[in-house]
Amino acid sequence: MSNSAVLDVLDPGLLTTVQDAGRRGWARYGVPPSGPLDEAAFAAANELVGNPSDAAALEITFTGPTLRVGRECLIAVCGADFVLWVGALPVPTWHALYVRAGQIVTFGTRRNGARAYLAVSGGIALPPFLGSQATYLPGGFGGLDGRALRAGDRLPLGPAAICNPAQAAGRVWPVERRPPYTPQPTVRVVLGPQDDYFTPEGLATFLNSAYQLTPEADRMGVRLQGSPIAHRGPTGIVSDGVVAGSIQVPPDGQPIVMLADHQTTGGYPKIATVVRADLPLLAQCLPGDRVSFAAVTVAEAQHACEPWRRVGITPSPG
Amino acid sequence: MPVYPRILPVGEAAFTVEFGDAVDEALNRQVHALDAALRACPVPGLVETVPTYRSLLVMYDPQVRAADAMRTALTDALNVLATTELPAGRLVEIPVRYGGEAGPDLADVATHCGMTEAAVIELHAQPVYTVAMLGFAPGFAYLLGLPEALATPRLATPRLRVPPGSVGIAGAQTGVYALATPGGWRIVGRTDRVLFDPGRAEPFTLRAGDRVRFVPL
Repeated sequence: MSNSAVLDVLDPGLLTTVQDAGRRGWARYGVPPSGPLDEAAFAAANELVGNPSDAAALEITFTGPTLRVGRECLIAVCGADFVLWVGALPVPTWHALYVRAGQIVTFGTRRNGARAYLAVSGGIALPPFLGSQATYLPGGFGGLDGRALRAGDRLPLGPAAICNPAQAAGRVWPVERRPPYTPQPTVRVVLGPQDDYFTPEGLATFLNSAYQLTPEADRMGVRLQGSPIAHRGPTGIVSDGVVAGSIQVPPDGQPIVMLADHQTTGGYPKIATVVRADLPLLAQCLPGDRVSFAAVTVAEAQHACEPWRRVGITPSPG
Repeated sequence: MPVYPRILPVGEAAFTVEFGDAVDEALNRQVHALDAALRACPVPGLVETVPTYRSLLVMYDPQVRAADAMRTALTDALNVLATTELPAGRLVEIPVRYGGEAGPDLADVATHCGMTEAAVIELHAQPVYTVAMLGFAPGFAYLLGLPEALATPRLATPRLRVPPGSVGIAGAQTGVYALATPGGWRIVGRTDRVLFDPGRAEPFTLRAGDRVRFVPL
């Protein structure tokens, strides 16, 4: 690695981790996928800088970092809306931004949302762990030594596909391809697999009331609070498989939505599963935001992903 | 009453195939049989599977295969399964130092079960266990086959760090920690065998469906 092909961390922000599209194939060994909580923003940032949509990038939580970019490149920041500078120049999110070698990228105030993704042309190039660079903090592996970034860290960059970053800069990610973030999202769910563990009234409560995000929200899952969902009988099941989006309902009736760092098995009945296309809406919620759930069929859920999963669409010039 | 096996949607990119609703060796064998069948003869669009006590989670890519087609493929696999024998799992022997620093809860388990520590060790090392599933944390193995006489409740307050290789009891279950994690199981011993090494071709020593025997040191 040449010394210039690095991203220097001057200030890490509150919780910044390296994430790629996630670790697939290891759930049977108890290893969760990890990867970005907001897949849509992550993929958009990568595509804007000419990377494959699964290249390793930074997930930035609540407070942004300050970074020095070692070589001329493109960067893009998508997801939560931050005040952002390249050098002394204020720049927008959801744009392909040109950065000269040695320039400093600074995050300011967060205007809305919880998590932003910063992609660099060429991607971050750390050694993979079980096939992925995704950081899994509870296991202490992936990313940079299995931990959040610290001041003084140096992240190696991969070879960029774009030969003339100055010319490629300026593209903007179309608004209609961004997830419709809101502090009161209605999140689509497919009911089950254990919806039969709840009374008809319990199911109606789940689908007809709003649930507030509690401060107990991290990469493993978010705990919600609202009208308790009534179980029909037993409040536990024989532990079975969990996916990102599984909604567990423990005995207190308050739902927990599992996210990318979820445990791979769990013993609470799962009333429903959040549609993958709507997980970004949850990932950008803050404590106090109000989430509602709407049931859809599996077929409807499969179509829901299409708007932002289409690949090969060239973002319009800014 | 549900009719088993049943195929239930887990969102738009997974199904769970349930064989029953109990912790039971016969049910668990069916889970591993379907898992083995799907791995031996992969269905297009299948991404990965997670065997658990009584169900198999099947994750798939809906861009490759829509839900109806995947459900049909799983139904077909279940039909074939009814007529095939499950190959026996590998037998893995795990040397264990019981008691002392390696097994800080051995004395409590002995007291709770009304037997000597030596009797607990002898009884725990007797069965050939089955790895029902891996879960909770990377590589954590839930084993089926604990003698009833050894059932002991979890610790009231979980430990913040259980060392890797620890062998524990929780209720009617026994299990092995591959990584250091917090945990509330009663730790009766520990193996020095490395159960997780990312540098190996097979990073995890234990697979779901394996048979396990503990060898006291």
